[in-house]
Amino acid sequence: MNKIWLIIQREYLTRVKKKSFILMTILGPLLIGGLYAFGFYMIISSGNSISKIKLIDESGMFSSKLSKSGNMIFEPDTMPVATAMEMFDQETYDGILYIPKEILENPGSALFYAKKQPGIDVIDRMENQVEKEIEDIKLNRALVNVDPKVFDKSMLKQIKTRVDIQTKLLTEDGIEDSSSSGTSIIGFAGGLFMFIFTFLYGVQVMRGVIEEKTSRIVEVIISSVKPFQLMMGKIIGIALVGLTQFLLWIILSFVVTSFVTMAVGDKDMQKTVQQKMMHEDQDDQPSRTEIKTKQVESAGGINEYRKAIGSLPLVKIIACFLFYFLGGYLFYASLFAAIGSAIDSETDTQQFMMPLTMPLMLGYFAAVSMMNNPESPYGYWLSFVPFTSPIVMMVRLPFGNVPGYELFISMLLLVIGFLTTTWIASKIYRTGILMYGKKVTWRELGKWLFYKS
Amino acid sequence: MALLSIQHITKNYASHKALDDVSMEIPKGSVFGLLGPNGAGKTSLIRIVNQITGPDEGQVLFDGQPLSETHINKIGYLPEERGLYKKMEVGEQALYLAQLKGMNRADALAKLKVWFEKFEIKQWWRKKIEELSKGMQQKIQFIVTVIHEPQLLILDEPFTGFDPINANLIKDELLAMCSRGTTIILSTHRMESVEELCSHIALINKSKKILDGSVKDIRKQFKSNTYEIDYSGTQVGFVNGLWAGYTLLNNEPHDGFMRATVKAAGDQTTNDLLQALLPQVHIIGFREVIPGMNDIFISMVESAA
Repeated sequence: MNKIWLIIQREYLTRVKKKSFILMTILGPLLIGGLYAFGFYMIISSGNSISKIKLIDESGMFSSKLSKSGNMIFEPDTMPVATAMEMFDQETYDGILYIPKEILENPGSALFYAKKQPGIDVIDRMENQVEKEIEDIKLNRALVNVDPKVFDKSMLKQIKTRVDIQTKLLTEDGIEDSSSSGTSIIGFAGGLFMFIFTFLYGVQVMRGVIEEKTSRIVEVIISSVKPFQLMMGKIIGIALVGLTQFLLWIILSFVVTSFVTMAVGDKDMQKTVQQKMMHEDQDDQPSRTEIKTKQVESAGGINEYRKAIGSLPLVKIIACFLFYFLGGYLFYASLFAAIGSAIDSETDTQQFMMPLTMPLMLGYFAAVSMMNNPESPYGYWLSFVPFTSPIVMMVRLPFGNVPGYELFISMLLLVIGFLTTTWIASKIYRTGILMYGKKVTWRELGKWLFYKS
Repeated sequence: MALLSIQHITKNYASHKALDDVSMEIPKGSVFGLLGPNGAGKTSLIRIVNQITGPDEGQVLFDGQPLSETHINKIGYLPEERGLYKKMEVGEQALYLAQLKGMNRADALAKLKVWFEKFEIKQWWRKKIEELSKGMQQKIQFIVTVIHEPQLLILDEPFTGFDPINANLIKDELLAMCSRGTTIILSTHRMESVEELCSHIALINKSKKILDGSVKDIRKQFKSNTYEIDYSGTQVGFVNGLWAGYTLLNNEPHDGFMRATVKAAGDQTTNDLLQALLPQVHIIGFREVIPGMNDIFISMVESAA
């Protein structure tokens, strides 16, 4: 046992002291913090790029109505369209909106001329503007004979509503705020992280084994310790590296995002952000793209996160996360070690890594599909299979629909799973590390399972 | 008294038989040469002694006890294919490997410092292995093999990678250890080192042991009553001096004088031969040709083929 501890120490210390580890540890949270800050910045500064649109309105109905909307300024002009097009470069506008006389009868006849392809948002906005004005005009014409006390245009604003359904979870502690989109994202993030981590560190195990084979140091070490001790020492040591990195990330991310929130998100700033978002709401009817953006923004907004996190049994989730973290890693790491022992150089890894990458990808896709449908049957079954359960169960858990016995069965299967893979791997590892030059096939590996020690 | 008693070891791999009923005794304090062509089974035997693999039949006794985990720390092993972690620092790695052989850290550190001084490589302590030349790496490799002062040292082709000066350094160290009571098993093709160092040998060919014993006894066994005579004079005169019972194997100019190789019949003595030749030629040098290990090796292996 003492010798395994020595091996664990060495595997841990050599990796933690590496520059790449320190870099990853610092970069990770910085990236997250940076994204966060960038998000804020984007919201705040989105109003700064102004587009000047030349308005050639032959119908005469819009020149006075369209002046400014969002970051578009309309400059009405009476010149013919052709002239405007010729003068495009000399003037400083970004596009020409041409509204022909017959716009009311033929709403599809408006044209937008530009040198650069405009974004969807720009077109959407303009369409909205023109729609709104046309509706206004039609409404005015229709209301001409209606008594203002019965129906007035200002009442229209009161009719227009924007629905935003908030989720409330019925839990044992009472009714709690929740957020569907927030939960999906947290669940997916958990599953994604599991996928990345298992892969990243599993490959490190494999690389370590290959390194020992190619440098031949394994021949020396194997006279001091048993192959199993070397394999487990390596697997556990690297697990600790991963846990350390994860812990550091959490701490650093927390520090960085709090810092960003403090620097950027002080009360005034938050108010500005909210005003900007509301201001655009009141101005016009939100376009399709805007609605989507708002959803994502609001899902990414602090409030939604808080609602989602608040509804989760955090301790249970974190405990499960750690369990699946370790279980999934141990399951795959031993298989990676076995593969590493069977091949002679890194170039041979491809054919053997395929069977390992496939289940992981399957888990990832299941996680993606479950964002839309947490109850999907694929997700259900895959949360029990040890190959995919670490990823898929982490997506299921935040939705709170996993009964205790199911969780228990899934965990039990994972434990049996990694005990089995470790046993298989140790047999392959034991033979593989001393074998060189032989072309290894799956059949050969199978034979190694039966070699006596 | 044998430190290692190898008894009727048989080892089969999937495709061939590596060892076939191999037995030998390694005397305590000896330098034992394990010889044989490539693929003979030497490495398989060494792996069994190191408990890296197990035999299919037979057993190995270490100081009278069957091999067990307690013996791992008493054996030092330098494999033929050897290496170190490239990116690890020299000192840190040496400490790691020493501790894996059961030394405690403080003890290992102290002893390593002594060895590093002896080999004049103190300045490499913090360097990464990949920064050293092959010869330097081999020195480190040697040190970590012997650092834990094992009772039994097994060296597989220890001299490869060393220039003559460093090879000498190693040789001296081995002899010093031997005089302190360490038993050494030396597996090699380089017969010169066998002649210089070994007190006992065993020859393995095609999974069988075909020869073993002390070097002295073996050479006597292969003695063929052959003599090499350096003389000045005529060839004819020389031949005339020989009478029945002598076979002339060779008689040629050599470096300014003549050299002849003569095989005598069993009962003739050196004196007889000298007396026969003295009247005929002027004798410059005279010695009995005792076969070198190289010749014995070749003759044994070729006769078995």
